[in-house]
Amino acid sequence: MRKLIFGLFIAVLPALGLAAGSTVPLDSFESDHSDKASLQRGAALFTNYCMGCHSMEYARYKRVADDLEIPDELYEENLIFTSAKIGELMKNSMNKDMAADWFGAPPPDLTLETRLRGEAWVYSYLRGFYKDESRPLGVNNVVFPAVGMPHVLVGMQGLCAVEPNIGTPASVEPLSGNINNADVCPEYAIEGSMSGAEFDQAMYDLTNFMSYMGDPVKLERERLGIFVLIFVAIFFVFAYLLNREYWKDVH
Amino acid sequence: MQKLINWVDERLPIVDAWNKHLGKYYAPKNFNVWYFFGSLAMLVLVNQLVTGIWLTMSYNPSGEGAFASVEYIMRDVEWGWLLRYLHSTGASAFFVVVYLHMFRGLMYGSYQKPRELIWIFGMLIYLILMAEAFMGYLLPWGQMSYWGAQVIVNLFGAIPVIGEDLSLWIRGDYLISGITLNRFFALHVVALPIVLLGLVVLHILALHEVGSNNPDGIDIKKNKDENGIPKDGIPFHPYYTVHDLLGVGVFFFIFFIVVFFFPEGGGLFIEKPNFEPANPLKTPNHIAPVWYFTPFYAMLRAVTIDLFGLDAKFWGVVVMGAAIAILFVLPWLDKSPVRSMRYKGWLSRIALAIFAVSFVVLGYLGLVPATEGRTMVAQVLTVLYFLYFILMPFYTRMEKTKPVPERVTG
Repeated sequence: MRKLIFGLFIAVLPALGLAAGSTVPLDSFESDHSDKASLQRGAALFTNYCMGCHSMEYARYKRVADDLEIPDELYEENLIFTSAKIGELMKNSMNKDMAADWFGAPPPDLTLETRLRGEAWVYSYLRGFYKDESRPLGVNNVVFPAVGMPHVLVGMQGLCAVEPNIGTPASVEPLSGNINNADVCPEYAIEGSMSGAEFDQAMYDLTNFMSYMGDPVKLERERLGIFVLIFVAIFFVFAYLLNREYWKDVH
Repeated sequence: MQKLINWVDERLPIVDAWNKHLGKYYAPKNFNVWYFFGSLAMLVLVNQLVTGIWLTMSYNPSGEGAFASVEYIMRDVEWGWLLRYLHSTGASAFFVVVYLHMFRGLMYGSYQKPRELIWIFGMLIYLILMAEAFMGYLLPWGQMSYWGAQVIVNLFGAIPVIGEDLSLWIRGDYLISGITLNRFFALHVVALPIVLLGLVVLHILALHEVGSNNPDGIDIKKNKDENGIPKDGIPFHPYYTVHDLLGVGVFFFIFFIVVFFFPEGGGLFIEKPNFEPANPLKTPNHIAPVWYFTPFYAMLRAVTIDLFGLDAKFWGVVVMGAAIAILFVLPWLDKSPVRSMRYKGWLSRIALAIFAVSFVVLGYLGLVPATEGRTMVAQVLTVLYFLYFILMPFYTRMEKTKPVPERVTG
């Protein structure tokens, strides 16, 4: 009975979580923290394109290097742009007050961004920029309308001329065999260095890395969890036998 | 060993205490699955105390450092993530087992004479537990911590005349600030746990004085054998200690699934906005308390009419307070000659079912943003919640009860 109640309770949890979520349609995202190559590419992207403005100040370089299996020296040479030592927190040198003047608000710390807004949100947001001359920086975002952030990855993605189709996955037209929405952007104002699929992969890696940063212990936690549950199950068997032995003489 | 026990026992009645509370405490032999939740509440309490002590070692209770210190615990402290998830999941688990424990009491009439004091101590535990959980939720200093506390403390401001000064006194500042965090920390880790432990002792002492109720709601002390031992009673130890181990096993299995695989509980146990540091200048667009408060929060929001020149918000606070206060007088509202639902009539059963459904649905409504339709549903359910208590003296007297057996039935 108790198990049933708890089971039902846990079953409705995700539904309740959705109820408070965003209303903008998002592309789905499934993180994979065991894909070290993806995480490494994501780390490189984040350090090169994001970290100038966005810190990850609750995490340490050393932890990332260890978890992503990047040798310390290699990491220090290529992925630390400040004078920080590898054991330090991942801050950046942007002055928050000046940043507020430039962008309207200081760029937020992104250590926990995927846990705050969700992985799907981050993945969709990164691919949601488009040309909008009415905005001060000439770009807008379908997932985060009127955002103050410039389209930093314009060199890779190019600049979408119209609103990208976020939330409508690619589909094959049954009659013609044409693929719809293979690229989130149907029409580019500026061509980028990557194809649509390449950019999606790059953004997958970047989001995957950010997901790892939000919850770096996830893999280890789930690995341990299995053993803990096995232990509890074995404990239950012995508790059951002990209980049966004692209760034999209760009538 | 025996010598040591004798030495101590001559100076402190440990053998006597053991017998009174465990070895010769005769509990009815027909406890069912609903009787696990008392011992499970104790288990969760111990979990909260132990993990709480270790969290305190690395936590920094200041407006500037609190959020970062929680992330420090999550990332840099050895096993810190486990301690924190055990504590945060434990908070929700505490309310799960306590709500089920209370429902058991409602079902089997465990609050009726002579167990009124047990019920009242239990209600006080529930009250302190809510205060403890509320103050604990401010400590991570995330957006929801901050704005949840802001909303709740502001409720006191709705009280006429003294309200504004009272909420100012609680906060220690004109808005929730580091000062508030400091005092909530002190109350959360020192003051309230001491009160809570004291009440738990009183709850159990009162229970062991009058003896445990059971699913049949009959008094096992009426049927004693030649040695003065209740015929339907069995010593708590070893029978119920080993029995409770089963409950512990099942509970831990579910608990650890949450801790290790769904520590955020889908945004219910740790709400998503709490991954952003508290910011007094930025209000989240939807502020919801943690799930265990939402039934009362829904009642608060359900009150939308100004009355006697006083704001609807004030009456909302009154309704919310009354919803908890009315539980205290429950032992005197139930006029039924029998205790257990098994022998009460249909009216009582339907009333309890409606009450339980109202409470759960109110809990859901308190989680989601209010709309006109939802507010209307919440108003109806709030009325039903109160009717369960207000009409109890009538329907428990009116209905036809079934005959209660002499001895417990399996």
